[in-house]
Amino acid sequence: MLLSIKDLKVTAEGKEILKGLSLNVNAGEVHAIMGPNGSGKSTLARALSGHPAYEVTGGSITYDGKDLLAMAPEERACEGVFMAFQYPVEIAGINNAYFLKAALNAVRKHRGQQELDAVEFMQLIREKAKLLEMNQEMLHRSVNEGFSGGEKKRNEIFQMAVLEPKLAILDETDSGLDIDALRTVSQGVNALRSPERAIVVVTHYQRLLDYIVPDFVHVLSAGRIVRSGGKELALELEAKGYGWVEGETAGAKK
Amino acid sequence: MAQVAERTDSLSLAFDSFRADASFAVAGLGPSREAAFQRFLAKGFPTTREEEWRHTSLGAIAKTEFRRPVTFEIARATAEPFLFANELPHRVVLVNGRWSKALSSLDALPAGLTVRSVSDALAAPSAQPRTAPDWLLAVSSGLPLVDLNTAFVEDGVVIDIAPKAIIDQPLHIVCLCAPTSSPTVVAPRIQIRAGAQSQANIVESYGSVPGAASFTNAVTIVDVAEGAMLDHVKLQREASTAFHLASMFVRVDRAGVFRSHALTLGGNISRNDIVTTLAGDGAECTLDGLYVTDGDQLVDTHTTIDHAMPNCPSHELYKGIMSGKSRAVFNGKIIVRQDAQKTNAKQTNKALLLSDDAQINTKPQLEIFADDVKCTHGAAIGQLDEDAMFYMQARGIAFQDARNLLIHAFAGEVLDRVKEEVVREQAMRLLEAKLSLWKV
Repeated sequence: MLLSIKDLKVTAEGKEILKGLSLNVNAGEVHAIMGPNGSGKSTLARALSGHPAYEVTGGSITYDGKDLLAMAPEERACEGVFMAFQYPVEIAGINNAYFLKAALNAVRKHRGQQELDAVEFMQLIREKAKLLEMNQEMLHRSVNEGFSGGEKKRNEIFQMAVLEPKLAILDETDSGLDIDALRTVSQGVNALRSPERAIVVVTHYQRLLDYIVPDFVHVLSAGRIVRSGGKELALELEAKGYGWVEGETAGAKK
Repeated sequence: MAQVAERTDSLSLAFDSFRADASFAVAGLGPSREAAFQRFLAKGFPTTREEEWRHTSLGAIAKTEFRRPVTFEIARATAEPFLFANELPHRVVLVNGRWSKALSSLDALPAGLTVRSVSDALAAPSAQPRTAPDWLLAVSSGLPLVDLNTAFVEDGVVIDIAPKAIIDQPLHIVCLCAPTSSPTVVAPRIQIRAGAQSQANIVESYGSVPGAASFTNAVTIVDVAEGAMLDHVKLQREASTAFHLASMFVRVDRAGVFRSHALTLGGNISRNDIVTTLAGDGAECTLDGLYVTDGDQLVDTHTTIDHAMPNCPSHELYKGIMSGKSRAVFNGKIIVRQDAQKTNAKQTNKALLLSDDAQINTKPQLEIFADDVKCTHGAAIGQLDEDAMFYMQARGIAFQDARNLLIHAFAGEVLDRVKEEVVREQAMRLLEAKLSLWKV
């Protein structure tokens, strides 16, 4: 098993958001985490990436046989965990290509691979940029600075394509995308599906799952997974609304 | 609690010993020196009771016994690290304020560029009666530090750029303080006159030979004639035992362009006053600065941009990177006179505080008397962007590397606009050493 989350409890700003979440993900699988606003979807994504504002107060996360919670964010990234940010950060003065080269070489070094020189690196990113229909000029601008919402999300998936993680977590990558951008981004994600890699898609809307078809769908409510199923669960949710599962769990507790 | 800096007796001793020296009265300058020193004594060093010096106490300077330097030569090997001899082959070197013929290199100067020492200019045979030249005294009245410079000026550099001359190789002025038996007062004077439609780049750098304890009181006067372009870089990398007070006065005539890049990395107390007058229609200036401080350093920058005529753009970007218990002051005054319609002035000051104890006082000061103008100012003081730090770490970049990248990027915005690569790189290396970064 690539990722095993057991009874995870996470607090942010003094408030418990995840209240005992468990999830198992095997290599080769695509899991979708769905849920209403405030259910803890993004908290899960950020806790997996090691964001300092999210404090794990209970439970465990085992990734590739290792204790993920014992690792610093950069170690997680080097070990193959990638989170596509819901709100990618703008970094003034650092060129996109330069940033990505620093990231790729950090990851390669960790894996015991040789660092890429400038020529090899440019060849690689040109090829990956084509996949995401990225404008070459975007590579030489400051990281995310002045990018539109869609360009930022595309840039996230582009980084993922270059870094080739084992576990990719997409945090609401579909929000703010028009249908053309959604297709391009999905195409980029689908190109990365492989038997060695797992993808966890966090989304509020079913629409993305028409393009990135999941193997499993989980519904998150009030910090716990309340229902799991196949891709048809997403359609059912879309038809009945989140009130359906929320009501059902409320009922189940009685 | 306001501190005052009134003692001047240590400088009186230095002045007395200067009076006994032959160079004191050269070119009839003696009476002007005496008068300037009397004016200085009457006012003393500026104190923190004065608004312009509110955050900067010169008490440490006032209580040190400075003497006139007694040595004026150092070995070439000692000077070498400061010269950038290969990259900037045309240079003047002042050692403890006096022109070093052995270290300077002015053979093969580009046509149209004339460089003389102040002492030569003063001593030059002339049909005129021997009185101090106007240009030397032009700005000296009333400002204590300028008066002090006039009193002690031993030597300096007079640079003339002929009209229409395009000088593509920079001239490097290197002011070095070398150790002598006691702390020394050094007063270089630099005069730059850019003729109409000329273009030139000047690099002024200040360094300390290890062991030197000095008080540099420099005055630079720049005149940019009609349609001329002058790019000026100042690299101040003196030792932590150095005090550095510098005043620069710039006048830009019609359609002239002046650019300043003030890079302050050294000194214990450093103060830069830059006063720029846009004196002709369409004159333009850019004042950029980067200061990097640690320990108990104090860097004070006071700029004035005087928009005296219409259609003049001015741009100002100052950035600070501060650690330890260091302090900085930035005061950016912009005056827009009644006639200066269509002024476009933009001022930005940003500081990155890397420690809890570093402190900056920043103040824009706009005095606008015209009605059709565009003036913007902004200040941003803060720590390293935590979101950016996490973003980089989440991509595999280690904490220290992420910090380095952000600091380099912050400094880069100012340094990238310096034309001389060797100066950019030197400034970046000094910054890296100061902040214990490593090269990326």
